[in-house]
Amino acid sequence: MTSPSPTGSPADVPVCETVSLVRRFGRRRAVAGVDLRIHAGECLALFGPNGAGKTTLLRLLAGLLRPTSGEVRLLGRTLTSHSAVERGRVGLISHQSMLYDVLTVAENVAFAARLHGVRDVAGATTMALDRLGLRGRELTPVRALSRGWQQRVSIARAIVHDPALVLLDEPYTGLDVSGARALTELLRSLRDGGAALALVTHSVEEGLTLATHAAIVLDGQIRRRDLTAGLDPVLYAASYRDLALESAA
Amino acid sequence: MSELQPPGTMAVALMIARKDLAIEYRTRSAFFSSLVFSLLGVSIFYMVWDPTAVRPIDMAPGVLWTIFAFAGMLGLHRAFGLELQTRAMDGLLLAPVPREAIFLGKALSNLVYVSAVLAVTIPAVVLFYNLEFGSGLLILGGIGILAAVGLVTVGTLFSSMTVHTRFAELLLPMLALPFFIPVVVPAAQASAKLLVGAELRTVMPWIQVLVAFDLMFGVACVLAFPFTIED
Amino acid sequence: MPIFDWLLAVAVVALAAVMARAIWFTPPEALQGEAQKIFYLHVPSAVVGLYLACPLVAIGGAMYLWLRDDRLDRLAESSAEVALVFLSIVLVTGPLWGKPIWGTWWTWDARLTSTLFLWFILLGYTVLRGAIEDRQQRARYSAVLGILASLLVPFIHLSVRLFRTMHPQPIVLAPEKPKLSAEMGLTLSLAFIAFTLLFIALLRGRLKYAALRDRVEALEAGDA
Repeated sequence: MTSPSPTGSPADVPVCETVSLVRRFGRRRAVAGVDLRIHAGECLALFGPNGAGKTTLLRLLAGLLRPTSGEVRLLGRTLTSHSAVERGRVGLISHQSMLYDVLTVAENVAFAARLHGVRDVAGATTMALDRLGLRGRELTPVRALSRGWQQRVSIARAIVHDPALVLLDEPYTGLDVSGARALTELLRSLRDGGAALALVTHSVEEGLTLATHAAIVLDGQIRRRDLTAGLDPVLYAASYRDLALESAA
Repeated sequence: MSELQPPGTMAVALMIARKDLAIEYRTRSAFFSSLVFSLLGVSIFYMVWDPTAVRPIDMAPGVLWTIFAFAGMLGLHRAFGLELQTRAMDGLLLAPVPREAIFLGKALSNLVYVSAVLAVTIPAVVLFYNLEFGSGLLILGGIGILAAVGLVTVGTLFSSMTVHTRFAELLLPMLALPFFIPVVVPAAQASAKLLVGAELRTVMPWIQVLVAFDLMFGVACVLAFPFTIED
Repeated sequence: MPIFDWLLAVAVVALAAVMARAIWFTPPEALQGEAQKIFYLHVPSAVVGLYLACPLVAIGGAMYLWLRDDRLDRLAESSAEVALVFLSIVLVTGPLWGKPIWGTWWTWDARLTSTLFLWFILLGYTVLRGAIEDRQQRARYSAVLGILASLLVPFIHLSVRLFRTMHPQPIVLAPEKPKLSAEMGLTLSLAFIAFTLLFIALLRGRLKYAALRDRVEALEAGDA
């Protein structure tokens, strides 16, 4: 956390913080009391099996879902459905591409830039496309791209406004080797540039590459927290497996 | 982060409408289906009545506005439907824009869409039903705009709800059609009078109903929209 | 929870008593004869349905959006279903009376038409509720529909009235308002009381059901 915070706020205010966060869907409690903090320049990897509540947690952090109880604070301010400005500081990369498949690559990214009020739309768009190796594909309609390339566009879309908090839901899905490498490089530079990252995955190997912190999510709760420095990936993966199997049984 | 300047409500609405229309322009699927539906409807209605018993001029207004309501409704799901395929709606909701702006943008693109269908349907009715229409056509156009605004505001709001439900295509007409009564009835009644050469003054009560409906539901739908999208 | 609903029992007995009084112990109206007696069923259901049950749907919805209390949503939900029952009675008994008296089953007058469309909206309202899984979403959507519907009713009324003033209608037979003798007036008042009782009993029963259903859901979710 040596780099300056992108918000100008003091570094000790977490970019993202939750307080006993709960979200219910009808009969089911998807998130059952989560407290977490992510500071600028940190990357939190959230591991968990399918249905553990990781996606719901990310959507809560993004302000796309309302908490049933508890709260989410972005840059120190409680997120409500009206706090449009705070929401605008988030970049979300989800399972779904959030792209319009009839529009071209550049149109999709530029539309997101405009919505976020980026001043230099063309410049920001070009830069985002460059970072994901999308040069030369600007004018291709998204639907003409393969799944992996669409994922790259979707990532470009999510980071075009230089978000302070980047939420990633299984971002490596569908990416080939070069796409995965480009993504890792991008995330590293975002993290080192002072953004806070939350990365949801069930692959320990992928998650630990960039993470400064790691957490295991089971049944909507955080079961284990670690600093990744000095963490042995093999041992960690083994204990994650044991915890996941234990909760499934 | 000095280069971030959240855009204003109207700017966002225009942005979204432009994007929707660009998509519609490139696919043209919904527009052409609505148009064909509308022209087919107009011609079928002509043939189910005995033109010697009911004069075409008496049928024309009712046909026009009934078809208008149904054809308009056909296209309404498109606006939110295209946001759902890849959850692009999340992208809109994540942006630092007021929820109302999303509604206005969607309503605006629907309005252009419905007006375009209407712009072809009105001349088609004039042609098929052999109507003599002089300056009345202009007033009819005005009534068309008032009716389109009413249909689109209510229709956009309901489609934003039904699009999230099972059997959305069936539910939308069930919810929206009762709300189209104060749009279709005044529009049809006013057009009928104008067609037989009545003065504008005599149809003013109907036009007032249309204006009142547009204002009332315009405000109500903008206020209600945020409740239909929060999760 | 006891199965026996004493309030419902009282309401049903009261209703039966009023109907018996109307049929056997109230003189027939001079002009309309026995057919007029359907009024004792028709008018109270209309008044209770239109002016008690329907407003509760909109008020419950609006209050829900404000306070976010599930009980208010259950109130709107239950009122809508009870309103549907009462308006159905109105729409069935109306034509039954209209045929012998007006000489036609149906006439598109403002009150009848508004009632018909209100009935359609209530039907749409219950179908909408059935089409949504998530409880909060269901509550919000139906509240929005309920509020918009309350704005719509005056417009439909206005449209139909305007329609009628601009088009001469076929003249329907018989006067609209029969003169009521004191005895008839008493029967009608008693009918109002019986129907209001029935409304409260049905609403209460429906509310109980909704509360139990939600409670079961919460228990199944494991957060008792």
